[in-house]
Amino acid sequence: MRETTGARVFRIVTVVVLSLFTLFPIWVMITSSVKPLGEVLDSFTWWPQHITFQPYIDIWRTVPLAQYFANSLIVCTAATAVSLVIAVFAAYAVSRWRFRGRGVFTTTVLSTQMFPGILFLLPLFLIFINVTQATGIPLIGTRLGLVITYLTFSLPFSIWMLAGYFDAIPRDLDEAAKVDGTGSMGALWHVLLPAARPGLVAVGIYSFMTSWGELLFASVLTNGPTQTLAIGLQQYSTQVNVYWNQIMAASLVVSVPIVVAFLLLQRSFVAGLTAGAVK
Amino acid sequence: MSATAPARISPGHVTDPPDAAPRRRLRSRWWLPYVLLVPAVVFELLVHLIPMVTGIWISLVKLTQQYLRNWSEAPFLGLGNYRVSLDVHGAVGRALLQSFLITCAFTVLVVGIAWIAGMAAAVALQRKFPGRGLFRTLFLVPYAIPIYAGIIAWKFMLQKDTGALNHLLFDNLGLPGEKPFWLIGGNAFWSLVIVAIWRLWPFAFLMLMAGMQSVPEDLYEASAVDGAKPFRQWRSITVPMLRPVNVVLVLVMFLWTFNDFNTPFVLFGKTAQPPAGDLISFHIYNASFLTFNFGYGSAMSVLLLLFLLVVTVAYLLFVNRRSQRA
Repeated sequence: MRETTGARVFRIVTVVVLSLFTLFPIWVMITSSVKPLGEVLDSFTWWPQHITFQPYIDIWRTVPLAQYFANSLIVCTAATAVSLVIAVFAAYAVSRWRFRGRGVFTTTVLSTQMFPGILFLLPLFLIFINVTQATGIPLIGTRLGLVITYLTFSLPFSIWMLAGYFDAIPRDLDEAAKVDGTGSMGALWHVLLPAARPGLVAVGIYSFMTSWGELLFASVLTNGPTQTLAIGLQQYSTQVNVYWNQIMAASLVVSVPIVVAFLLLQRSFVAGLTAGAVK
Repeated sequence: MSATAPARISPGHVTDPPDAAPRRRLRSRWWLPYVLLVPAVVFELLVHLIPMVTGIWISLVKLTQQYLRNWSEAPFLGLGNYRVSLDVHGAVGRALLQSFLITCAFTVLVVGIAWIAGMAAAVALQRKFPGRGLFRTLFLVPYAIPIYAGIIAWKFMLQKDTGALNHLLFDNLGLPGEKPFWLIGGNAFWSLVIVAIWRLWPFAFLMLMAGMQSVPEDLYEASAVDGAKPFRQWRSITVPMLRPVNVVLVLVMFLWTFNDFNTPFVLFGKTAQPPAGDLISFHIYNASFLTFNFGYGSAMSVLLLLFLLVVTVAYLLFVNRRSQRA
């Protein structure tokens, strides 16, 4: 099939315009992160006049970036791991059993996606304060409260996507495993999970990315030593000077790991979306 | 049959016929799906459903700073908070209405343009050409970058004197006049729109690209034989085949954009909130946490939820009716 001239022009124009739009902030981030402070506080230049890597050293000293990094890493890893386990069990139930209340469960869980975060931020804040007072489990200003909150954010999407994956795996496979005597959990462990590995990867990335970029709840549920990167990055702006070169360097440092992971695993992610959409 | 062998040796199962164990498992496992759902239900209750019910209750009481410590003693107001929030002649109600209208305009522009850009990119990358993989990767970067990192880069670019946007427009492209403020005054709205589109369009691209992979290649080939031009093919094959994806995509983009908190929060911060950039989630957040009047904040949140609910239900009814007629 040959490409018509019109389609060719459309393709080139689209790709060029969207590439420039996408690259604009990325270019500014990269070039500004290697400029000295004087240069970023002056009129903007497309190329750095003097290249310096000092901002990449200073970012760790101006604010406790390593601490924020560790907090984000702990919170996001824990939230992702727990949410993945919970989603696997729930998706297994939804995919393999037709039980009473199944429709109510899936509808309710999916509709929580619709709720504005601001609606349950205030009550959750108050509930966490009360739980802390009543039981002594510290949920405010700690990483634990954030983990519990974050793990529910990706849950609806994870259950939906994993159920789609499980549905695509023939039932005969897990029935055969059950006849062999491994039981329902054995079938999940030995048959469904290995077959749904791309889906697990996709859901895991999605879940991690959701928490890594979360701002609203982190701004209220954490304080001082438990703050995450989302909050920590704002701290460069509250100093006497705005250290734009350091902000750009820090933004790149916190972005690169997650962007690289996502781009490496994007094929699984797209495959996972397709499996969910087909359903 | 290896699993039934030890069962026969153990005392309790001596009298069981060899195939009784699997059959009993079939009958007795009706509770298993419920057990599997328990963790998900517990966390959904704790983080979403109980707070939502609590939120509705808070919206009915006078929960100001003085009652924050002993919030169960806050006086009951009934619909008082709602009356104040909806009274467009009062200051609170007028500000909420303005914020709501700004959010509507913002959502229509952002979702519309992000969808067009995502669709254009997905179509442009549909057929193989050298460098296709590279562009696909590049287009996904804004989606993969942590939200706040992308927005903070834009915040730097939107500075009046040191920003890249004014440099591009006035120094490079030679636009006449003074360099304007982008984060203060009326332009704050356009800053929000641009940044939100930059963040959102890759998601539309991702979903539409994934959807297009399930459109059979034969359809395009057959229609090409019949002499269909690319635009005709897009309208008659791509768009109808992508309908299920689009139904979900547009709804999700609408809900995310309408509830957008991150973009105004990072762009404007806690100190300077230009009225033109006062998106509704940001408005409620400030109304609640700056004045610590959680009663107003909750009433506004419930109103927001009701609005989203009405729009979502109307949208789904409309979509279903159209698909039945088609």
